[in-house]
Amino acid sequence: MLTIFYIFAVLSVLGALGVLFLRKPIHCALSLVGTFFCLGAIYVMLNAEFVAVIQVLVYAGAIMVLFLFVLMLLSSKDSEQYVNKWSVGKILAGLLSLGVFIQIAGLFTANELQLGSKGEYPLEVVEEVGSITLIGRLLFTDYILSFEIIAILLLVAVIGAVVIAKRRFQ
Amino acid sequence: MSQIWLVPAFPLLGFILNGFLGKRFGTRFVTFVGPLAVGMAFAQSLILFFQMLEAEGNVLNEHLYTWIASGNFEAGINFTVDQLSGLYLLIITGVGFLIHVYSVGYMKGESGYYRFFAYLNLFVFFMLLLVLGDNFLLMFVGWEGVGLCSYLLIGYYFEKDSAAEAAKKAFLFNRVGDFGVLSAVLLIFLSFGSIEFATVNAEASTRLEFGGPLVTAITLLLFLGATGKSAQIPLFVWLPDAMEGPTPVSALIHAATMVTAGLYMVARLSHLFVLAPFTMNVIAVVGATTAILAATIAITQTDIKRVLAYSTVSQLGYMFLAMGVGAFGAGVFHVMTHAFFKALLFLGSGSVILAIHHEQDMRKMGALKNKLPITYVTMLLGTLAISGIPFFSGFFSKDEILWKAFSSPFGSPWLWGIGFLTAGMTAFYMFRMIYLTFHGDSRVDSHVTEHVRESPLSMTLPLMILAALAVIGGFFGVPHVFHVIPNGIEVYFHDFFAEIPAGHGNVSTEWTLMILSVIFAFFAWFMASRLYHSGFEIASGLRSKWEWAYQLSLNKWYVDELYNSIIIQPGRLLSTHLLWGLFDQNVIDRAVNTTGAVARSVGNTIRPFQNGLIQNYALIFTLGTFLILWYMT
Amino acid sequence: MIPIEHILLLSALLFIIGVLGVMLRRNVIVIFMSIELMLNAVNLSFVTFARSLDSMTGVIFIFFIIVVAAAEAVVGLSIILSIFRTRKTLNIDEFNLLKW
Repeated sequence: MLTIFYIFAVLSVLGALGVLFLRKPIHCALSLVGTFFCLGAIYVMLNAEFVAVIQVLVYAGAIMVLFLFVLMLLSSKDSEQYVNKWSVGKILAGLLSLGVFIQIAGLFTANELQLGSKGEYPLEVVEEVGSITLIGRLLFTDYILSFEIIAILLLVAVIGAVVIAKRRFQ
Repeated sequence: MSQIWLVPAFPLLGFILNGFLGKRFGTRFVTFVGPLAVGMAFAQSLILFFQMLEAEGNVLNEHLYTWIASGNFEAGINFTVDQLSGLYLLIITGVGFLIHVYSVGYMKGESGYYRFFAYLNLFVFFMLLLVLGDNFLLMFVGWEGVGLCSYLLIGYYFEKDSAAEAAKKAFLFNRVGDFGVLSAVLLIFLSFGSIEFATVNAEASTRLEFGGPLVTAITLLLFLGATGKSAQIPLFVWLPDAMEGPTPVSALIHAATMVTAGLYMVARLSHLFVLAPFTMNVIAVVGATTAILAATIAITQTDIKRVLAYSTVSQLGYMFLAMGVGAFGAGVFHVMTHAFFKALLFLGSGSVILAIHHEQDMRKMGALKNKLPITYVTMLLGTLAISGIPFFSGFFSKDEILWKAFSSPFGSPWLWGIGFLTAGMTAFYMFRMIYLTFHGDSRVDSHVTEHVRESPLSMTLPLMILAALAVIGGFFGVPHVFHVIPNGIEVYFHDFFAEIPAGHGNVSTEWTLMILSVIFAFFAWFMASRLYHSGFEIASGLRSKWEWAYQLSLNKWYVDELYNSIIIQPGRLLSTHLLWGLFDQNVIDRAVNTTGAVARSVGNTIRPFQNGLIQNYALIFTLGTFLILWYMT
Repeated sequence: MIPIEHILLLSALLFIIGVLGVMLRRNVIVIFMSIELMLNAVNLSFVTFARSLDSMTGVIFIFFIIVVAAAEAVVGLSIILSIFRTRKTLNIDEFNLLKW
């Protein structure tokens, strides 16, 4: 079990690095899709099957496809120079990111991580009732308001996208 | 319950109605509302007056609203009607009402008719506030308010430069006095912890040391305010210029009411003033000096209103003389009689002026007594009153003052002497005015002569009423020596004013002095008639011998020029060169400009940070996150 | 089973790579993709915590994050489309009208 996890972890990191370093944007997009798949696998290993499926369907399937479409529409010749020019800003960026990483890692590996109160859905309950059932139940009872707001948000996003991207009739 | 607030409320309502609706609703509306407002106030004042006489301690109090309550300082809008304010109420509203009626006739046809009555009502409101207030704050509101209305009314003909200048002059000199009043109020608050009159009067002798520097300072400052408001030396120069306003204004404000505000204040705080003998002397001397100074100027003036203006200053000097020697009751009595005959004289002069088409110069008058009979008779009665002819009102009040000036422990024969001379001069110039205006040959412009006719009833009726009051008003305060009827003034004011030690002098001295002044008055009348019964010729012949005196008198002793060179020009130089040139330009402008320059340069330095490059912004985000995480762990 | 710290470290690593991507890449769309990467890293850590604390709240939250990410991607891309029409470039250094 653990080894599978490490494989997928390494793969996802590789994919992320691909986004960072690959030259052509299409390549970056495809590499990101790979990362999403790996993350989905890790979700499955964490007993969050529904989230994994949603991740692949929505993220990898819909959002990345959208990215690819836009990339194809806006093919542009100027691929930028990135790693070759070592400027002060880039060094600073690298150092800072390293610093933040160390800090977050320090936070995450601290010993007080388990201090939060335990919830009511241990593994057995989830496996017995089914995670979809549980999610559905919670969504439609405790979190119904957020759910409705999300729906409106999606509506707004759709309308907004159409309005913004429309060609103006001259 | 006594509804004291009604008294000022009526004129205030009149002001609001006239001011805001008068222009729309026209002359009839204003004519109805203006005098009626004051008339209702007069009616209520009468009711309150009689209530006050019945009331315990002769005082009615009414608490309306606590204006300021902060820490231990409390000042409320409280009204008090006692002997002093009750009398003043009647004078203000009664004479005010008559003047309002008169103004209906006098201001007929003027544009801005509604504005006039609005301001006049407002003035009455503020004056009532002044006398009804039971603490310094409310009195000061009224004090400032009448100053303001005086400014508005003097500058009524605001298109005339001279009127606007006169209005400004009046207001500025008032302001100098106000500084005195405010400083005094501060000192009083510090000493007493309260600014209510009742408290101050009651505790004055216990809290303040007799003749000490504090009480002297307070009273001197208060007197400074009084000189500003009541036109004494050194702040009297605004009153003659104030004749630029319409004649009813001169009658109401500068004869009967506003100028008596200073006297009201001194009378109200009599317990305070008797603790400061130095101030009392100052008041008496200033009053006497002003009286004689103004009288000397009045002798040569040719504008009929100027004569009356200087006469007012002179009579006010008398009243302060009375206050200064501790004869507070006599001073207030003279306020009352003066209100009657001076208002009468001003209104009468207005009648004359209107009849000869707004001509005020006596060199263009004469022989009017047949054409303006009612005006003539009433003005003659007023002149008799002011000259101290026996049994008219002025005789009783003036005589009382002169006797007290002689006999009081604060007085002296010198003060009596000055007062005596002034009385004679008063008779002289007043009768001069009568002769020049009404007797002799007519010097009126020919094209005007045909149209001269007596004024309408709206103007003559108040004249007649005031004349009656000027004649019989004196019997209210007949001095003891006559042994006929008790001295109404003393009975009325029985324990109100502060006690002063008994004076010296006996009954025979009093009779002697009285007979002397009567003789002198008749003598002055005689001289005036000899010199002026046929116009200016005889007098002009005399003039060449005394040219220097004549010039001095005609030019008001050059006081205005003196002030100009001592105060105004140096002030102007100081302002231009020092305050503006040095301080304003160099210090303040420089500070402001430097601040602006600093802001600009800082902005120039920081601005390039916003270069629009999003990735730079992202970099800063990360930096911020780093710092925050560092700080938290 | 799987040590929590490792997953969290993975999440942090992915997040940092996303941040680097935002700061270093010039192509606007790639920057967007880096932002999506950051969101996913956060999703991972949410799931981890949900599992370790026996709570479903984390999972629900992921739901919302995904929806919001989708909406944001949609709108963002349409904005880029719109800008591309005038500027004809996807280089982010050209989008600097917000300067002083």
